[in-house]
Amino acid sequence: MKAESPEIVAPDNQPHGQQPHWRKEFPIDSPQDDYRSRRDFTKLMVITSFAFMVGQAWIVLLSRLRRARGEAPLQDIASVDELPVGGAKLFDYPGPGEACLLVRVSQGQFVAYGQKCTHLSCPVIPKPEAQRLHCPCHEGSFDLLTGQPLAGPPRRPLPRISLSVRGNRIYASGVQKGVI
Amino acid sequence: MRIANFSRSQRMPIVQGILCIVSVIAVMQLWLFTTTMEAYLGGDESFVLPAALASLVCLGLNLGLFHYLRALDR
Repeated sequence: MKAESPEIVAPDNQPHGQQPHWRKEFPIDSPQDDYRSRRDFTKLMVITSFAFMVGQAWIVLLSRLRRARGEAPLQDIASVDELPVGGAKLFDYPGPGEACLLVRVSQGQFVAYGQKCTHLSCPVIPKPEAQRLHCPCHEGSFDLLTGQPLAGPPRRPLPRISLSVRGNRIYASGVQKGVI
Repeated sequence: MRIANFSRSQRMPIVQGILCIVSVIAVMQLWLFTTTMEAYLGGDESFVLPAALASLVCLGLNLGLFHYLRALDR
């Protein structure tokens, strides 16, 4: 049996002799226990701080990769006659797997946006009759003509694809600053 | 006063103070991270690098404080 030690302080601050039997057998120094738990929590917070730093470095890396990709290529996406007014067409731009939407809003006007909602990347659906692009996941809406968020959780506009019409063909010619 | 001279009762407020400072710095880093991510996704990359440097400074401060804390135990 361990002898009473003046350095060991029980949680209730009572003398060693008044402690229950189990605590006499396994005495725990309460202040030291508190000290260690705070020190270990501080260690956890430092590790968390390191994780945030890694996250920042990851954003820098993504930024560099985005710049390294350079200008988006010119890509033939549709013919003018292919879409009726209010019609839409899906295409991948600037690379495969990066879905975008081309919408004919009037006889002579086309718009194109990245299809990923800027909230949680659900695909948006064109609703030309309401002049909106709708995200069914969380009921978000974007303006069809500008890509600006109108309703729901999205706060950033959809990335707009620059278009150029040459003869009867519509070309995607770049991505305006945005998510893609 | 040298670190080794602190008594146990003196070390407790020190560790609590350091814990508070480290926590505040970590919360600042969280705010910095979310703001930077939001700006990056919005296409604004102008302060990605300065934010990363600021976060690095915060990490340095935290590591320094933690180093001091470890020195208390020696």
